[in-house]
Amino acid sequence: MIRAAAWASLLLLVAAPLVIIVAMGFGTTAPGVPPVVPPLGAAGWQGSLEAWGLLFADTYYLDAMLRSLRLAGITATLCLVLGFGMALGIASARSPGLWLALVLLPFWAGFVLRLAAWVGLLRDGGWINATLMQLGLISEPWQMLYTEGAMLLGMVHAYLPLAVLPLTATLAKRDIRLEEAAADLGAGRWVVCFTVTLPLAAPAAAAAFLLVFIPAAGEVVIPEVLGAPDSVLIGRAIWGEFFQTRDWPAAAALSTALLALLLLPIALYQRLSVAR
Amino acid sequence: MRRVFLSLGLLFLWAPIALMAVYAFSGSRVPFEWGGFSLRWFAALAQNERLLEAVWLSLRIAAAAATLATLLGLALGWVLARHGRFGGRSLFGALAGAPLVLPEVVMGLSLLLLFVGLQALTGWPQQRGAITVWLAHSGLGMAYVAVLVQARLSALDPALENAAADLGAQRFTIFRTITLPLIRPSLVGGWLLAFTLSLDDVVLASFVSGPGATTLPVYLFSQLRLGMTPEANALAVMMLAFAGLTGLLGWRLSR
Repeated sequence: MIRAAAWASLLLLVAAPLVIIVAMGFGTTAPGVPPVVPPLGAAGWQGSLEAWGLLFADTYYLDAMLRSLRLAGITATLCLVLGFGMALGIASARSPGLWLALVLLPFWAGFVLRLAAWVGLLRDGGWINATLMQLGLISEPWQMLYTEGAMLLGMVHAYLPLAVLPLTATLAKRDIRLEEAAADLGAGRWVVCFTVTLPLAAPAAAAAFLLVFIPAAGEVVIPEVLGAPDSVLIGRAIWGEFFQTRDWPAAAALSTALLALLLLPIALYQRLSVAR
Repeated sequence: MRRVFLSLGLLFLWAPIALMAVYAFSGSRVPFEWGGFSLRWFAALAQNERLLEAVWLSLRIAAAAATLATLLGLALGWVLARHGRFGGRSLFGALAGAPLVLPEVVMGLSLLLLFVGLQALTGWPQQRGAITVWLAHSGLGMAYVAVLVQARLSALDPALENAAADLGAQRFTIFRTITLPLIRPSLVGGWLLAFTLSLDDVVLASFVSGPGATTLPVYLFSQLRLGMTPEANALAVMMLAFAGLTGLLGWRLSR
């Protein structure tokens, strides 16, 4: 009974949408509501490869895909490095729960509102530029908003807690005597960190990396608000095909391509989280 | 050394929020410009009817989605932890974990296509709005609840349930009096997590909502593109204060 209900909710809310999105990539655009002819209709198969042809017609989408993967990789690496240091600090603190709460609380300021703050700080006439000019460090506003740097800043700010969480959980449970033993045998602080602590935390580090990388690869809102308008990412391309061009098959085909690219990291993440 | 990283990280996380909190009380029309102490932006919030409407809708959707997500997530977590190996177990596990890792934009578009397809086949849902957002957020939240419930169930001592069974309790009685109280923290935590996810979601709601139902994040996102007033700072302060007080209350109650 319970299993049947569980299957039903999974099939309706997870499996069916995924099957439909893959199928819709073979649909055709048409005037009307919805603006699409599905690949399978009353008359049988009526699909086309139009949308997929569009994706490979020039390098626009391929570039967007590669740019997204590169930026997601940078974001995840930054979150991992900073998050690892923070997790070590939290795990060795006297009241880890309190520190972890301090890491998580910024979430509740609201995702969009935190982005609004970054806009207000980074604008040409924003707080950072005004402060720097008052201090006499610069005479012209320094263009920060709508750059790749601003976008990375926003991404790391939004995703950092996701990396801290699994790392803290693992590091807090580690056997501290292993590190003490290494230190007793004469290993320096950095040697202990790289030969004992890091290998112990490797699965959690991989999980943290993927937990940031996967959503970052498809991120829409942060690039839209903070990023350069001309550097298109895959998430924004899907969003644009759907909301602006109203080309549903192209949006679906792009989503399928993104899913295919993320399949390996997703499978890897699921294995890691099962192993834990 | 360790403290250095933690302090730097916390500084980075909190700096923009601290500045928001300070400038929420500034009278200037420009966000992050000091114009003397003033509560005008809190007053402006209280009079912004579109915003208040969006807040009220978001709160209702989040509460309903968290509740459905907790029920469905309980069923998913139960099957994952208690049903051992059954046919399709690995597919079941992959589907249950999928919403955790699917990019939002893919999940949003796929759910929209589902609702459009359902409407073409069955006539339901007649229009997209609060109901479709509710279902989408429940689908996202249930995966998070399932993880928490599964972990909690796997960590339970089976002797407790066995003892109840030996003393003659029926299966449902065991669940109600032994298992449910023991896994309650994971259900409460899961409900709060699903509530938060729903309250903070822009992308899923943008895809599956209709013209009549604008949630708070979607409203704020549209405002952000037009250029925001310092109302945003005041709203962030209100939300943080609310979350902080709720957290403190929950912490005091759970001790």
